[in-house]
Amino acid sequence: MIKFDDVSKRYPGGHEALSHIDFHLGRGELAFLTGHSGAGKSTLLKLIMHMELASSGQVIVNGQNLNKLKRRQVPFYRRNIGLVFQDHQLLFDRTVYDNVALPLLIAGYEPREAARRVRAALDKVGLLHKENQNPIALSSGEQQRVGIARAVVNKPLLLLADEPTGNLDPELSAEIMELFEQFSSVGVTVLIASHDLSLISRLEHRMLVLDHGRLLPVGQE
Amino acid sequence: MARMSEKKTKPVLGQSRPKANSAWQNLFAQHQETAVDSLLRLLLEPLASLLTWAVIAIALALPLTLILLLQNLQQIGSGLDQVSNISLFMVPEVTAQTLDETLRDISVRTDVAAAELITSEQALQEFEQNSGFGEALQGLDTNPLPAVILVTPAATSQPAVEALHAELAANPNVEYAQLDLAWLQRLNAIVEFASRMATLLALMLGAGVILVIGNTVRLAIENRRAEIVVIKLVGGTDAYVSRPFLYTGLWYGVGGGLLAVLLISLVMFGLQGPVSRLVGVYDSNFSLIGLGISNSCLVLMVAGFLGWFGAWISVLRHLRAIEPR
Ligand SMILES: Nc1ncnc2c1ncn2[C@@H]1O[C@H](COP(=O)(O)OP(=O)(O)OP(=O)(O)O)[C@@H](O)[C@H]1O
Ligand SMILES: [Mg+2]
Repeated sequence: MIKFDDVSKRYPGGHEALSHIDFHLGRGELAFLTGHSGAGKSTLLKLIMHMELASSGQVIVNGQNLNKLKRRQVPFYRRNIGLVFQDHQLLFDRTVYDNVALPLLIAGYEPREAARRVRAALDKVGLLHKENQNPIALSSGEQQRVGIARAVVNKPLLLLADEPTGNLDPELSAEIMELFEQFSSVGVTVLIASHDLSLISRLEHRMLVLDHGRLLPVGQE
Repeated sequence: MARMSEKKTKPVLGQSRPKANSAWQNLFAQHQETAVDSLLRLLLEPLASLLTWAVIAIALALPLTLILLLQNLQQIGSGLDQVSNISLFMVPEVTAQTLDETLRDISVRTDVAAAELITSEQALQEFEQNSGFGEALQGLDTNPLPAVILVTPAATSQPAVEALHAELAANPNVEYAQLDLAWLQRLNAIVEFASRMATLLALMLGAGVILVIGNTVRLAIENRRAEIVVIKLVGGTDAYVSRPFLYTGLWYGVGGGLLAVLLISLVMFGLQGPVSRLVGVYDSNFSLIGLGISNSCLVLMVAGFLGWFGAWISVLRHLRAIEPR
């Protein structure tokens, strides 16, 4: 599903954020991406999102070589990926329902089908009863779950999360991780960047450990 | 859907109402929603929008009113085209007898249809009545106005009239022979020149409208940066992201155009009285030609296009630069 082939990323300033990364993540696999702050976790996710391009090497997602993706293909490529942000990135000028519906509107879903999917996604994260509220009125855990609902409403092949539990208490964090495990169990490939080691070491999943831009050959591989 | 009526928040970017059932209908519904939403956004900030609309309206109305007035002036000119008169201003010291003789000599010519004498006394009387300078003229001890013989040529062709003009001008009792055609030609030349200037002004102000709308749309883009980033990350195409802003530009243009049409109509209405009084001397049943329905529609369309185009430039320059990082 995701294949990094000798990928390096050098930012314009000259700093090499990733060097010679090689790994492969299969369909339906769930993996944690960890490492110290500045190790390159966000950079790696940005490469997958086509927010940044590799300086050298190949990133191949679902058979698509991202170096060869044309500008006008990028939106369609991104529709296969659900992205969960640490700061949830919800839009406060509309309801929870409309936030979650956004990817479907963009993809031009038939409205009845869209409504069905939005409700299913909200139900999945346990927030169906809050669909008409403004997300600003929700707790941070709830906001994060709305963000997850928006990421999965499109039934993406791939789910990426950058520090999804960054500012949540341990109990909420565990709940969120459980959600990710459920998506993985229905065939979604999940990659979660997190430095919450105490949490992710309890969950028995593959770990990709970054250290100063290099992938360490350790973990439960 | 119940949730639509329950919603209390502001309208959103490209929101779609659940009702269409084919992809095309869906796209159409999206366009409709975006168009309505963009308009609502403008109406939600009435003061700011009105200001922009007013600026656009003035920029459009100014050259258009000018062009319209010039067209009216041309209309007057063409109305006078058939009657080309020759006015013979006689030398001041000419006697009444010489005047009568001259008038008779001219009247019997075959190339003259009619000749009329206006003595200097008559001219003074008329001037006092029409100009309102009567009292000032009473202060003068001599009549400054010359006698005039108005000659209507029999022929209407320009060379014939010009030949007659040359012959009459040669008369030693005639101080100055004025061919009204020459005056008309000059008027036409002036009107033509002024029309060119007005067109140039229209082009410049049209460009100004594009820039104003472009800048306003740039601010709108800046205000919705966060939203644009999220939309791009969840797979919004450039077309999808630009659409609301293009509609915003369109509405700015159409609104400004509407206001401009209103403004022009007001100006023309206000000018109707004074102008017909002014022109009434020459042409009793003259009335100003306004914009008319079809031209008003044209103004709206052009204004809408200018708005859309300004927004398009802005979108091209600023929207593409907003990329998720
Ligand atoms: N846009 C950028 N331009 C230049 N350097 C950058 C840019 N983004 C990140 N970097 C650098 O690349 C390195 C990796 O950054 P990255 O954000 O991927 O780290 P991270 O592992 O996500 O860290 P954190 O846990 O703090 O989020 C850092 O040293 C950072 O300074
Ligand atoms: Mg990071």
